[in-house]
Amino acid sequence: MSTIQDTVAKTDTAAVDAPPKKSMALGRAASWAMLIVLLIAPLFVRNFVIFQMTMLLIYGIAVLALNILTGGSGQFSLGQSAFYAIGAYTSGILMEHFGVNYALTLPIAGAICFAVGFLFGFPALRLSGIYLALATFALAVAMPQLLKLGVFEHWTGGVQGLVVTKPDAPFGLPLSQDMWLYYFTLAISLAIYLASVNLLRSRSGRAMMAIRDNEIAASAMGIDISLYKTLAFGVSAGITGVAGGLGAIAVQFVAPDSYTFLLAIALFLGMVVGGVGWLPGSLAGAAFIVFVPNIAEGISKGLSGAFFGVLLFIVIYLVPHGARQGAIYAEMLFNKLRRS
Amino acid sequence: MELLINQILAGIATGAIYACMALAIVMIFQAIDHLNFAQGEMAMFSTFIAWQMMQWGIPYWWAFILTLIISFAGGVIIERLLFKPLAKAPVLTNVAGFIALFAIINSVAGLIWDFTIKQFPTPFGSAPFLGSQLISTHQAGMIGVTVGLLIALFLFFRFTRIGLAMRAAAAMPESARLVGINTGWMVALGWGMASAIGAIAGILIAPVVFLEPNMMGGVLIYGFAAAVLGGLSSPLGAVMGGFLVGIFENLVGTYIPGVGNELKLPIALALIVTVLVVKPTGLMGHTVVKRV
Repeated sequence: MSTIQDTVAKTDTAAVDAPPKKSMALGRAASWAMLIVLLIAPLFVRNFVIFQMTMLLIYGIAVLALNILTGGSGQFSLGQSAFYAIGAYTSGILMEHFGVNYALTLPIAGAICFAVGFLFGFPALRLSGIYLALATFALAVAMPQLLKLGVFEHWTGGVQGLVVTKPDAPFGLPLSQDMWLYYFTLAISLAIYLASVNLLRSRSGRAMMAIRDNEIAASAMGIDISLYKTLAFGVSAGITGVAGGLGAIAVQFVAPDSYTFLLAIALFLGMVVGGVGWLPGSLAGAAFIVFVPNIAEGISKGLSGAFFGVLLFIVIYLVPHGARQGAIYAEMLFNKLRRS
Repeated sequence: MELLINQILAGIATGAIYACMALAIVMIFQAIDHLNFAQGEMAMFSTFIAWQMMQWGIPYWWAFILTLIISFAGGVIIERLLFKPLAKAPVLTNVAGFIALFAIINSVAGLIWDFTIKQFPTPFGSAPFLGSQLISTHQAGMIGVTVGLLIALFLFFRFTRIGLAMRAAAAMPESARLVGINTGWMVALGWGMASAIGAIAGILIAPVVFLEPNMMGGVLIYGFAAAVLGGLSSPLGAVMGGFLVGIFENLVGTYIPGVGNELKLPIALALIVTVLVVKPTGLMGHTVVKRV
């Protein structure tokens, strides 16, 4: 009997392979180089490209949030679009109906999403793997329909959605609206990135990773499993909510059909392409979901879906661990060059 | 009372669609331990192949059989070419692969057959069944085929050598390999069978929802729900789950005021999440024993 159970246990592979802790963030030199590129790049491009870069950062935040949940605590989610939608609507409603300053709506959006995610985490505790994926997917599918409900129409604007005004640069700074929004988003992304890296390095982060690697062993070590699992859900949802709020401000429009489950799937793909559990990869993953559909469309209008799929397959085959693998190769190459 | 019975009948009729799809999903889950998100698109493509053959003047049943053979081969080829290299990759990578396959098939079907809605013939006719307005002979035929398929699958897995080998390869790959079972090909066989079952589901569903590249979108979500509700490890559970989801969806739409077509799906999904929270392995699934 014991041999049978052995085999059963062996086929039960871990959902997420564990990255070593030190590879969670970029090295110091690479981080500074990345930051400088992000700071300088918008000075040389057109407004539309700046807008795209803003969206890149926003999706980057959302992918990062999913990465904390999946890469950090090992829980799946195909429902991030629901939290994104709640964040976007919170910001939109506060700005348009209550005249709250756009910057102040973001923490509120984050807090509301944290609460929703934390509460959603409780039923999710009993589910794992594919069942959790389905439950979160249900949330993503249900969200646009809930937003269209007549009861909320006074605030949400129903199917028509809400138009949000774009903020001007404060203090009379000589920046265009797009440019200001880009730097605003960059500052928030940076803050969230640093906070997330530190979170995963802290006691709570180690607890989450212990749960991801082996739940039973973690609980034997005295880790409160339900607390940290729901907390991971809450933190992830909160960060996604901030991204959603920023997204509403950048796009200047919120409507139920912008937040279908396709967004959730895009965020999921972003995480896989960026490398599960590797936070800087979130930006690479976001770049994939922002730019690759456009590239595919450019190759062929009718076959854009097919090209997107083929590109995705190529990425999966060449770098099954996502951008993290690419970064590791680059680092090895760099070290080799320095030594010779 | 009559309304209730009629609604349940109508629910069973739509449930048959979900049951078919759920059966294909469970089939592939048995073989590879993953939910295939591209299952619906594969079924849609098979249905288009059948439609194309009928356009060329091949009689219905010949087209049906040829489609099953082509779908089976297609499923095996997809596994050999695309997913065999991913067998050792993490689950999430596999899921991304399924999504990529989904995008490719959907886009190619759209290019070949475009996005206009097409009629699909039914061999059962569409007269009212036994005098009931709610259930047509086609839907009755669909229920019959689903149940027949279930019985055939049961017999296959229970009483044939190859069925036993497939179960062994899915349950304990290492031990199965030691007794001489070619587990790699068993997985390919599972893909082929799932693809063929999907083709049957598609051909049965097409007369109801009409043929177009996006016809499986909604059906697939319900199919997943049904499969998970019934328990992913049990074909019988999947079929039961399909009927239950169909019935529940109809009853909710009829009896709870303010629930239009828009809210049917979220409520059905909410039910499933509730069931899962109470019984995480689904209604008929068995618990997987985990060793510490």
